[in-house]
Amino acid sequence: MDFRGRDVVSINDFTLEEINYILDVAEGMVPAAKGEEVLDLIPGKILAMMFYEPSTRTMLSFETAMKRIGGKVIGFSDVRATSTAKGETLADTIKMVEAYADVIVLRHDREGAARMAAEFSDIPVLNAGDGAGQHPTQTLLDLYTMRSELGYLRKKSIALVGDLKYGRTVHSLTYALAKFGANLHFIAPEALQLPPEVVSHLEKRNTNFEVHEDLSDVMGEVDVLYVTRIQKERFPDIEEYNKVAGAFRIDTDSLAGAKKSMIIMHPLPRVDEIATDVDGTQHARYFQQAFNGVPVRMALLSLVLGADLGVLK
Amino acid sequence: MRKELKISAIRNGTVIDHITSGMALKVLHILGLDEDPPTSTVSVIMHVPSRVHSFKDIVKIEDRELKKQELNRIALLSPHATINIIRDGEVAEKHHVRPPREVVDLASCENPNCITNSREPVSTRFKVIRKEPMVLKCVYCGREQDVCVERL
Ligand SMILES: Nc1ncnc2c1ncn2[C@@H]1O[C@H](COP(=O)(O)OP(=O)(O)OP(=O)(O)O)[C@@H](O)[C@H]1O
Ligand SMILES: [Mg+2]
Ligand SMILES: [Zn+2]
Repeated sequence: MDFRGRDVVSINDFTLEEINYILDVAEGMVPAAKGEEVLDLIPGKILAMMFYEPSTRTMLSFETAMKRIGGKVIGFSDVRATSTAKGETLADTIKMVEAYADVIVLRHDREGAARMAAEFSDIPVLNAGDGAGQHPTQTLLDLYTMRSELGYLRKKSIALVGDLKYGRTVHSLTYALAKFGANLHFIAPEALQLPPEVVSHLEKRNTNFEVHEDLSDVMGEVDVLYVTRIQKERFPDIEEYNKVAGAFRIDTDSLAGAKKSMIIMHPLPRVDEIATDVDGTQHARYFQQAFNGVPVRMALLSLVLGADLGVLK
Repeated sequence: MRKELKISAIRNGTVIDHITSGMALKVLHILGLDEDPPTSTVSVIMHVPSRVHSFKDIVKIEDRELKKQELNRIALLSPHATINIIRDGEVAEKHHVRPPREVVDLASCENPNCITNSREPVSTRFKVIRKEPMVLKCVYCGREQDVCVERL
Protein backbone atom coordinates (compact mmCIF):
# COMPACT_ATOMS: atom_id res chain seq x y z
CA MET A 1 0.00 0.00 0.00
CA ASP A 2 1.42 3.36 -0.98
CA PHE A 3 0.53 6.33 1.18
CA ARG A 4 3.32 8.59 -0.04
CA GLY A 5 2.08 12.13 -0.56
CA ARG A 6 -1.41 11.38 0.70
CA ASP A 7 -3.46 13.78 2.82
CA VAL A 8 -5.20 12.67 5.99
CA VAL A 9 -8.31 14.83 6.13
CA SER A 10 -11.14 12.49 7.13
CA ILE A 11 -11.24 8.89 8.33
CA ASN A 12 -13.92 8.32 5.70
CA ASP A 13 -11.27 8.71 2.98
CA PHE A 14 -9.72 5.39 4.09
CA THR A 15 -10.84 1.83 3.45
CA LEU A 16 -10.91 -0.82 6.15
CA GLU A 17 -7.78 -2.40 4.65
CA GLU A 18 -5.95 0.91 4.69
CA ILE A 19 -6.93 1.59 8.30
CA ASN A 20 -5.75 -1.85 9.36
CA TYR A 21 -2.48 -1.31 7.54
CA ILE A 22 -1.90 2.03 9.32
CA LEU A 23 -2.62 0.36 12.67
CA ASP A 24 -0.22 -2.49 11.83
CA VAL A 25 2.53 0.01 11.08
CA ALA A 26 1.71 1.82 14.34
CA GLU A 27 2.25 -1.42 16.28
CA GLY A 28 5.77 -1.62 14.90
CA MET A 29 6.43 1.91 16.17
CA VAL A 30 5.76 1.16 19.83
CA PRO A 31 9.34 0.45 21.01
CA ALA A 32 10.55 3.68 19.44
CA ALA A 33 7.52 5.57 20.75
CA LYS A 34 8.59 4.52 24.25
CA GLY A 35 12.18 5.55 23.59
CA GLU A 36 13.47 1.97 23.75
CA GLU A 37 14.66 2.14 20.17
CA VAL A 38 15.95 4.95 18.02
CA LEU A 39 14.55 5.33 14.50
CA ASP A 40 15.82 7.45 11.66
CA LEU A 41 13.15 6.71 9.07
CA ILE A 42 12.88 10.15 7.49
CA PRO A 43 16.26 11.87 7.85
CA GLY A 44 16.15 15.60 7.22
CA LYS A 45 12.36 15.82 6.84
CA ILE A 46 10.58 18.76 8.41
CA LEU A 47 7.06 18.89 9.84
CA ALA A 48 5.28 22.25 9.97
CA MET A 49 2.74 22.47 12.78
CA MET A 50 0.07 25.06 12.06
CA PHE A 51 -2.12 25.37 15.12
CA TYR A 52 -4.71 28.11 14.80
CA GLU A 53 -6.33 26.75 17.93
CA PRO A 54 -4.52 25.48 20.98
CA SER A 55 -4.46 21.75 21.68
CA THR A 56 -1.76 20.61 24.04
CA ARG A 57 -2.16 16.88 23.68
CA THR A 58 -2.43 16.69 19.89
CA MET A 59 0.40 19.16 19.41
CA LEU A 60 2.81 17.48 21.80
CA SER A 61 2.12 14.00 20.49
CA PHE A 62 2.63 15.04 16.86
CA GLU A 63 5.85 16.75 17.80
CA THR A 64 7.06 13.71 19.73
CA ALA A 65 6.01 11.42 16.89
CA MET A 66 7.97 13.39 14.29
CA LYS A 67 11.08 13.47 16.47
CA ARG A 68 10.85 9.77 17.34
CA ILE A 69 11.08 8.85 13.65
CA GLY A 70 14.03 11.13 13.07
CA GLY A 71 12.40 14.28 11.70
CA LYS A 72 12.39 17.93 12.69
CA VAL A 73 9.55 20.25 13.67
CA ILE A 74 8.76 23.91 13.01
CA GLY A 75 5.48 25.76 13.50
CA PHE A 76 3.24 28.05 15.46
CA SER A 77 0.46 27.66 17.97
CA ASP A 78 -0.25 31.28 18.71
CA VAL A 79 -2.05 32.95 15.84
CA ARG A 80 -1.49 36.40 17.31
CA ALA A 81 2.21 36.01 16.56
CA THR A 82 1.64 35.21 12.86
CA SER A 83 0.58 37.22 9.81
CA THR A 84 -2.91 35.76 10.14
CA ALA A 85 -3.40 38.49 12.71
CA LYS A 86 -2.63 40.92 9.87
CA GLY A 87 -5.27 39.33 7.66
CA GLU A 88 -3.38 36.67 5.70
CA THR A 89 -5.61 33.88 4.45
CA LEU A 90 -5.03 30.23 5.32
CA ALA A 91 -4.58 29.54 1.60
CA ASP A 92 -1.68 32.01 1.36
CA THR A 93 -0.09 30.75 4.57
CA ILE A 94 -0.24 27.19 3.23
CA LYS A 95 1.45 28.22 -0.04
CA MET A 96 4.25 29.75 1.99
CA VAL A 97 4.64 26.96 4.54
CA GLU A 98 4.79 24.21 1.92
CA ALA A 99 8.02 25.79 0.71
CA TYR A 100 9.53 25.41 4.19
CA ALA A 101 8.50 21.87 5.10
CA ASP A 102 7.77 18.34 3.88
CA VAL A 103 4.48 17.73 5.69
CA ILE A 104 1.89 19.92 7.42
CA VAL A 105 -0.20 19.24 10.51
CA LEU A 106 -3.12 21.65 10.70
CA ARG A 107 -5.54 22.48 13.49
CA HIS A 108 -8.08 25.15 12.55
CA ASP A 109 -11.29 26.54 14.00
CA ARG A 110 -13.34 26.23 10.81
CA GLU A 111 -14.92 23.06 9.44
CA GLY A 112 -13.47 22.11 6.07
CA ALA A 113 -10.19 24.02 6.63
CA ALA A 114 -8.08 20.88 6.22
CA ARG A 115 -9.82 19.83 2.99
CA MET A 116 -9.19 23.28 1.55
CA ALA A 117 -5.59 23.35 2.78
CA ALA A 118 -4.96 19.97 1.15
CA GLU A 119 -6.20 21.36 -2.17
CA PHE A 120 -3.79 24.28 -1.97
CA SER A 121 -0.82 22.27 -0.74
CA ASP A 122 1.52 20.08 -2.77
CA ILE A 123 2.87 18.45 0.40
CA PRO A 124 0.68 16.17 2.56
CA VAL A 125 -1.70 17.80 5.03
CA LEU A 126 -2.72 15.95 8.18
CA ASN A 127 -5.90 17.22 9.80
CA ALA A 128 -5.46 17.65 13.54
CA GLY A 129 -9.03 18.89 13.98
CA ASP A 130 -11.09 21.35 11.94
CA GLY A 131 -13.59 23.10 14.18
CA ALA A 132 -16.45 20.76 14.97
CA GLY A 133 -15.46 18.66 11.96
CA GLN A 134 -13.06 15.77 11.57
CA HIS A 135 -10.19 14.62 13.73
CA PRO A 136 -8.97 11.52 11.92
CA THR A 137 -5.83 10.91 13.98
CA GLN A 138 -7.97 10.79 17.13
CA THR A 139 -10.22 8.22 15.44
CA LEU A 140 -7.21 6.17 14.38
CA LEU A 141 -5.73 6.14 17.86
CA ASP A 142 -9.11 5.14 19.30
CA LEU A 143 -9.33 2.25 16.84
CA TYR A 144 -5.73 1.33 17.56
CA THR A 145 -6.46 1.19 21.29
CA MET A 146 -9.54 -0.99 20.83
CA ARG A 147 -7.84 -3.31 18.37
CA SER A 148 -4.76 -3.77 20.53
CA GLU A 149 -6.83 -4.41 23.67
CA LEU A 150 -9.47 -6.70 22.11
CA GLY A 151 -7.49 -8.30 19.29
CA TYR A 152 -10.18 -7.59 16.71
CA LEU A 153 -13.41 -5.55 16.60
CA ARG A 154 -15.85 -7.69 14.61
CA LYS A 155 -18.92 -8.46 16.76
CA LYS A 156 -17.36 -6.84 19.82
CA SER A 157 -19.79 -4.78 21.89
CA ILE A 158 -18.77 -1.16 21.98
CA ALA A 159 -20.76 1.44 23.89
CA LEU A 160 -20.42 5.14 23.12
CA VAL A 161 -21.57 7.23 26.07
CA GLY A 162 -22.33 10.92 26.62
CA ASP A 163 -22.72 13.60 23.96
CA LEU A 164 -23.43 11.66 20.77
CA LYS A 165 -25.20 14.51 19.05
CA TYR A 166 -22.67 17.31 18.71
CA GLY A 167 -19.41 15.40 18.97
CA ARG A 168 -18.41 14.94 15.33
CA THR A 169 -15.40 12.85 16.33
CA VAL A 170 -17.88 10.42 17.84
CA HIS A 171 -19.63 10.27 14.46
CA SER A 172 -16.36 9.53 12.67
CA LEU A 173 -15.57 6.82 15.19
CA THR A 174 -19.08 5.41 14.71
CA TYR A 175 -18.63 5.17 10.92
CA ALA A 176 -15.25 3.52 11.33
CA LEU A 177 -16.54 1.00 13.89
CA ALA A 178 -19.37 0.16 11.50
CA LYS A 179 -16.74 -0.62 8.84
CA PHE A 180 -15.07 -2.97 11.34
CA GLY A 181 -18.37 -4.78 11.97
CA ALA A 182 -18.61 -4.00 15.67
CA ASN A 183 -21.92 -4.15 17.58
CA LEU A 184 -22.66 -0.64 18.77
CA HIS A 185 -24.54 0.74 21.75
CA PHE A 186 -25.39 4.41 21.98
CA ILE A 187 -26.00 5.63 25.50
CA ALA A 188 -27.05 9.23 25.90
CA PRO A 189 -29.84 11.41 27.22
CA GLU A 190 -32.50 11.84 24.59
CA ALA A 191 -31.43 15.41 23.82
CA LEU A 192 -27.89 14.28 23.03
CA GLN A 193 -28.58 11.12 21.02
CA LEU A 194 -27.08 10.38 17.63
CA PRO A 195 -28.35 12.63 14.79
CA PRO A 196 -30.74 11.03 12.27
CA GLU A 197 -28.28 11.09 9.35
CA VAL A 198 -25.79 9.00 11.32
CA VAL A 199 -28.54 6.55 12.31
CA SER A 200 -29.70 6.22 8.70
CA HIS A 201 -26.12 5.61 7.57
CA LEU A 202 -25.87 2.74 10.08
CA GLU A 203 -29.20 1.31 8.96
CA LYS A 204 -28.09 1.38 5.32
CA ARG A 205 -24.97 -0.56 6.25
CA ASN A 206 -26.94 -3.08 8.32
CA THR A 207 -24.86 -2.28 11.36
CA ASN A 208 -25.93 -3.94 14.57
CA PHE A 209 -26.78 -1.17 16.99
CA GLU A 210 -28.98 -0.32 19.97
CA VAL A 211 -29.94 2.95 21.60
CA HIS A 212 -30.22 3.29 25.37
CA GLU A 213 -30.79 6.03 27.88
CA ASP A 214 -29.37 4.12 30.80
CA LEU A 215 -25.83 2.83 31.21
CA SER A 216 -26.83 -0.04 33.48
CA ASP A 217 -28.82 -1.58 30.58
CA VAL A 218 -25.62 -2.66 28.87
CA MET A 219 -22.93 -2.66 31.58
CA GLY A 220 -22.80 -6.45 31.76
CA GLU A 221 -22.27 -7.08 28.06
CA VAL A 222 -19.97 -4.41 26.68
CA ASP A 223 -16.29 -4.85 25.83
CA VAL A 224 -15.57 -1.13 25.52
CA LEU A 225 -17.10 1.86 27.25
CA TYR A 226 -16.11 4.94 25.26
CA VAL A 227 -17.02 7.96 27.38
CA THR A 228 -17.27 11.51 26.05
CA ARG A 229 -17.77 14.82 27.75
CA ILE A 230 -21.22 16.35 28.14
CA GLN A 231 -20.85 20.10 27.79
CA LYS A 232 -22.70 22.52 30.04
CA GLU A 233 -23.43 24.82 27.09
CA ARG A 234 -25.77 22.21 25.61
CA PHE A 235 -28.30 22.65 28.41
CA PRO A 236 -30.78 25.43 29.09
CA ASP A 237 -29.92 25.54 32.77
CA ILE A 238 -27.37 24.22 35.20
CA GLU A 239 -29.85 21.99 37.08
CA GLU A 240 -30.75 20.12 33.92
CA TYR A 241 -27.04 19.72 33.18
CA ASN A 242 -26.26 18.44 36.66
CA LYS A 243 -29.06 15.90 36.47
CA VAL A 244 -27.92 14.53 33.11
CA ALA A 245 -24.21 14.67 33.85
CA GLY A 246 -24.81 12.85 37.12
CA ALA A 247 -26.74 10.07 35.40
CA PHE A 248 -23.91 9.46 32.92
CA ARG A 249 -21.03 9.69 35.35
CA ILE A 250 -18.87 6.58 35.67
CA ASP A 251 -17.60 5.60 39.12
CA THR A 252 -16.58 2.29 40.67
CA ASP A 253 -20.17 1.63 41.83
CA SER A 254 -21.59 1.99 38.32
CA LEU A 255 -19.03 -0.58 37.11
CA ALA A 256 -20.47 -3.37 39.28
CA GLY A 257 -21.53 -6.14 36.91
CA ALA A 258 -19.11 -5.18 34.14
CA LYS A 259 -17.06 -7.86 32.39
CA LYS A 260 -13.60 -8.22 33.95
CA SER A 261 -12.01 -7.53 30.56
CA MET A 262 -14.13 -4.46 29.79
CA ILE A 263 -12.07 -1.35 29.04
CA ILE A 264 -12.97 2.30 29.55
CA MET A 265 -11.75 4.89 27.07
CA HIS A 266 -12.03 8.68 26.94
CA PRO A 267 -10.51 11.13 24.43
CA LEU A 268 -9.47 13.42 27.35
CA PRO A 269 -9.49 15.92 28.86
CA ARG A 270 -12.10 14.61 31.24
CA VAL A 271 -13.93 16.88 33.61
CA ASP A 272 -15.93 14.63 35.89
CA GLU A 273 -17.47 12.07 33.53
CA ILE A 274 -15.15 9.46 35.04
CA ALA A 275 -14.43 9.56 38.77
CA THR A 276 -10.74 9.42 39.63
CA ASP A 277 -11.26 6.24 41.66
CA VAL A 278 -11.81 4.44 38.35
CA ASP A 279 -8.22 5.25 37.29
CA GLY A 280 -6.80 2.47 39.45
CA THR A 281 -9.18 -0.27 38.20
CA GLN A 282 -8.26 -2.88 35.57
CA HIS A 283 -10.78 -1.19 33.26
CA ALA A 284 -9.13 2.21 32.81
CA ARG A 285 -7.33 2.64 29.48
CA TYR A 286 -7.58 6.39 28.84
CA PHE A 287 -4.00 7.18 29.68
CA GLN A 288 -2.77 4.28 27.55
CA GLN A 289 -5.07 5.62 24.83
CA ALA A 290 -3.42 9.04 25.04
CA PHE A 291 0.02 7.43 24.69
CA ASN A 292 -1.19 5.49 21.64
CA GLY A 293 -1.47 8.79 19.81
CA VAL A 294 2.31 8.73 19.47
CA PRO A 295 2.83 5.43 17.58
CA VAL A 296 -0.25 6.11 15.44
CA ARG A 297 1.04 9.55 14.43
CA MET A 298 4.55 8.12 13.88
CA ALA A 299 2.97 5.62 11.48
CA LEU A 300 1.02 8.27 9.58
CA LEU A 301 3.96 10.64 9.26
CA SER A 302 6.28 7.84 8.05
CA LEU A 303 3.70 6.62 5.55
CA VAL A 304 2.85 9.94 3.95
CA LEU A 305 6.55 10.85 3.80
CA GLY A 306 7.29 7.58 2.01
CA ALA A 307 9.68 6.17 4.64
CA ASP A 308 11.23 2.75 4.07
CA LEU A 309 9.52 0.65 6.74
CA GLY A 310 11.65 -2.44 6.15
CA VAL A 311 13.51 -1.89 9.43
CA LEU A 312 10.33 -2.29 11.52
CA LYS A 313 9.38 -5.66 12.98
CA MET B 1 -53.03 22.20 -33.85
CA ARG B 2 -51.02 25.28 -32.92
CA LYS B 3 -51.53 26.07 -29.28
CA GLU B 4 -52.10 29.60 -28.10
CA LEU B 5 -48.86 31.37 -27.23
CA LYS B 6 -49.03 34.01 -24.53
CA ILE B 7 -46.15 35.88 -26.12
CA SER B 8 -44.96 36.01 -29.65
CA ALA B 9 -43.37 32.90 -31.02
CA ILE B 10 -39.60 32.75 -31.42
CA ARG B 11 -37.85 31.40 -34.47
CA ASN B 12 -34.75 30.01 -32.85
CA GLY B 13 -33.81 29.64 -29.23
CA THR B 14 -34.67 27.80 -26.03
CA VAL B 15 -37.92 27.50 -24.08
CA ILE B 16 -37.70 26.36 -20.48
CA ASP B 17 -41.13 25.08 -19.57
CA HIS B 18 -42.74 23.66 -16.41
CA ILE B 19 -40.57 25.75 -14.09
CA THR B 20 -41.78 25.54 -10.51
CA SER B 21 -44.07 28.52 -10.03
CA GLY B 22 -42.20 31.59 -8.76
CA MET B 23 -38.71 30.31 -9.70
CA ALA B 24 -38.32 31.92 -13.15
CA LEU B 25 -36.13 34.81 -12.00
CA LYS B 26 -33.89 32.47 -10.00
CA VAL B 27 -33.58 30.34 -13.12
CA LEU B 28 -32.41 33.38 -15.09
CA HIS B 29 -29.98 34.16 -12.34
CA ILE B 30 -28.32 30.73 -12.18
CA LEU B 31 -28.08 30.68 -15.97
CA GLY B 32 -26.37 34.06 -15.89
CA LEU B 33 -29.10 35.54 -18.12
CA ASP B 34 -29.74 38.49 -15.83
CA GLU B 35 -26.25 39.82 -16.46
CA ASP B 36 -25.44 43.25 -17.73
CA PRO B 37 -24.78 43.80 -20.64
CA PRO B 38 -27.52 41.47 -21.86
CA THR B 39 -26.68 38.71 -24.33
CA SER B 40 -30.11 37.55 -25.50
CA THR B 41 -33.72 38.67 -25.54
CA VAL B 42 -35.51 36.87 -22.75
CA SER B 43 -39.26 36.60 -22.03
CA VAL B 44 -40.49 35.53 -18.67
CA ILE B 45 -44.03 34.34 -18.05
CA MET B 46 -45.00 33.66 -14.48
CA HIS B 47 -47.91 31.90 -12.81
CA VAL B 48 -49.26 30.25 -15.93
CA PRO B 49 -52.08 27.80 -15.12
CA SER B 50 -50.81 24.30 -15.80
CA ARG B 51 -52.47 20.94 -16.11
CA VAL B 52 -49.73 18.99 -14.36
CA HIS B 53 -48.93 21.26 -11.42
CA SER B 54 -51.42 24.01 -10.68
CA PHE B 55 -49.15 26.87 -11.83
CA LYS B 56 -45.84 27.09 -13.66
CA ASP B 57 -43.38 29.63 -15.00
CA ILE B 58 -41.92 29.70 -18.52
CA VAL B 59 -38.71 31.32 -19.80
CA LYS B 60 -38.01 31.90 -23.50
CA ILE B 61 -34.55 32.80 -24.73
CA GLU B 62 -34.08 33.99 -28.27
CA ASP B 63 -31.24 32.97 -30.57
CA ARG B 64 -29.47 30.88 -28.02
CA GLU B 65 -29.38 27.12 -27.52
CA LEU B 66 -28.29 26.56 -23.97
CA LYS B 67 -25.87 23.73 -23.20
CA LYS B 68 -27.21 20.69 -21.37
CA GLN B 69 -24.60 21.07 -18.64
CA GLU B 70 -25.73 24.58 -17.69
CA LEU B 71 -29.37 23.64 -17.97
CA ASN B 72 -28.99 20.87 -15.44
CA ARG B 73 -28.35 23.51 -12.81
CA ILE B 74 -32.03 24.35 -13.18
CA ALA B 75 -32.86 21.00 -11.60
CA LEU B 76 -31.73 22.48 -8.28
CA LEU B 77 -34.63 24.93 -8.43
CA SER B 78 -37.10 23.12 -10.51
CA PRO B 79 -36.84 19.34 -10.83
CA HIS B 80 -39.66 19.03 -13.40
CA ALA B 81 -38.56 21.70 -15.87
CA THR B 82 -38.34 20.78 -19.56
CA ILE B 83 -35.96 22.28 -22.08
CA ASN B 84 -37.32 22.83 -25.57
CA ILE B 85 -34.89 23.75 -28.31
CA ILE B 86 -36.73 25.75 -30.95
CA ARG B 87 -35.48 25.76 -34.55
CA ASP B 88 -37.41 27.39 -37.35
CA GLY B 89 -40.33 28.02 -35.04
CA GLU B 90 -40.75 24.34 -34.12
CA VAL B 91 -39.76 22.30 -31.09
CA ALA B 92 -36.71 20.47 -32.43
CA GLU B 93 -35.55 18.85 -29.17
CA LYS B 94 -37.08 18.32 -25.76
CA HIS B 95 -35.12 17.36 -22.64
CA HIS B 96 -35.97 16.86 -19.01
CA VAL B 97 -33.50 18.47 -16.61
CA ARG B 98 -31.37 16.11 -14.59
CA PRO B 99 -29.78 17.05 -11.29
CA PRO B 100 -26.00 17.36 -11.58
CA ARG B 101 -23.81 15.08 -9.47
CA GLU B 102 -21.83 18.03 -8.14
CA VAL B 103 -22.85 21.62 -7.59
CA VAL B 104 -19.85 23.92 -7.89
CA ASP B 105 -19.69 27.61 -7.07
CA LEU B 106 -23.45 28.07 -7.03
CA ALA B 107 -25.06 27.60 -3.64
CA SER B 108 -23.49 28.73 -0.38
CA CYS B 109 -23.08 26.38 2.58
CA GLU B 110 -25.60 26.69 5.41
CA ASN B 111 -22.89 26.10 8.01
CA PRO B 112 -21.72 29.59 9.03
CA ASN B 113 -18.49 28.10 10.37
CA CYS B 114 -17.65 26.34 7.09
CA ILE B 115 -14.32 27.37 5.54
CA THR B 116 -16.24 28.38 2.37
CA ASN B 117 -17.99 31.08 4.40
CA SER B 118 -14.71 32.74 5.38
CA ARG B 119 -12.44 35.05 3.39
CA GLU B 120 -10.59 32.12 1.84
CA PRO B 121 -10.28 31.98 -1.97
CA VAL B 122 -12.31 28.79 -2.31
CA SER B 123 -15.49 28.01 -4.27
CA THR B 124 -18.30 26.08 -2.67
CA ARG B 125 -18.68 22.46 -3.77
CA PHE B 126 -21.48 20.04 -2.94
CA LYS B 127 -22.19 16.43 -3.78
CA VAL B 128 -25.83 15.74 -4.64
CA ILE B 129 -26.60 12.84 -2.31
CA ARG B 130 -30.36 12.71 -2.88
CA LYS B 131 -32.39 13.85 -5.86
CA GLU B 132 -35.93 14.25 -4.61
CA PRO B 133 -36.19 16.06 -2.36
CA MET B 134 -32.71 17.21 -3.23
CA VAL B 135 -30.07 16.96 -0.50
CA LEU B 136 -26.59 18.42 -0.91
CA LYS B 137 -23.48 17.56 1.08
CA CYS B 138 -20.72 20.14 1.44
CA VAL B 139 -17.41 18.67 0.27
CA TYR B 140 -15.57 20.83 2.81
CA CYS B 141 -17.46 20.72 6.10
CA GLY B 142 -19.57 17.63 5.38
CA ARG B 143 -22.86 19.30 6.32
CA GLU B 144 -25.89 17.75 4.62
CA GLN B 145 -28.47 20.35 3.64
CA ASP B 146 -31.54 21.09 1.55
CA VAL B 147 -31.23 23.35 -1.45
CA CYS B 148 -32.04 26.76 -0.11
CA VAL B 149 -33.20 29.11 -2.85
CA GLU B 150 -32.07 32.15 -0.85
CA ARG B 151 -28.49 30.87 -0.94
CA LEU B 152 -28.42 30.26 -4.71
N1 LIG C 1 -41.92 28.78 -31.76
C1 LIG C 1 -42.12 28.88 -30.43
N2 LIG C 1 -41.90 30.06 -29.82
C2 LIG C 1 -42.08 30.19 -28.48
N3 LIG C 1 -42.51 29.19 -27.68
C3 LIG C 1 -42.74 27.98 -28.24
C4 LIG C 1 -42.57 27.77 -29.62
N4 LIG C 1 -42.89 26.48 -29.87
C5 LIG C 1 -43.24 25.92 -28.69
N5 LIG C 1 -43.14 26.80 -27.68
C6 LIG C 1 -43.41 26.58 -26.26
O1 LIG C 1 -42.52 25.54 -25.82
C7 LIG C 1 -43.17 24.68 -24.90
C8 LIG C 1 -43.14 23.27 -25.42
O2 LIG C 1 -43.85 23.17 -26.62
P1 LIG C 1 -44.63 21.83 -27.04
O3 LIG C 1 -45.30 22.12 -28.34
O4 LIG C 1 -43.68 20.70 -26.95
O5 LIG C 1 -45.75 21.78 -25.92
P2 LIG C 1 -46.37 20.50 -25.14
O6 LIG C 1 -46.78 19.51 -26.14
O7 LIG C 1 -47.37 21.06 -24.19
O8 LIG C 1 -45.10 19.95 -24.34
P3 LIG C 1 -45.00 19.46 -22.82
O9 LIG C 1 -45.54 18.11 -22.79
O10 LIG C 1 -43.52 19.52 -22.55
O11 LIG C 1 -45.76 20.45 -21.97
C9 LIG C 1 -44.57 25.24 -24.70
O12 LIG C 1 -44.59 26.07 -23.56
C10 LIG C 1 -44.80 26.08 -25.97
O13 LIG C 1 -45.69 27.17 -25.71
MG1 LIG D 1 -47.43 21.73 -22.24
ZN1 LIG E 1 -19.73 23.61 4.24
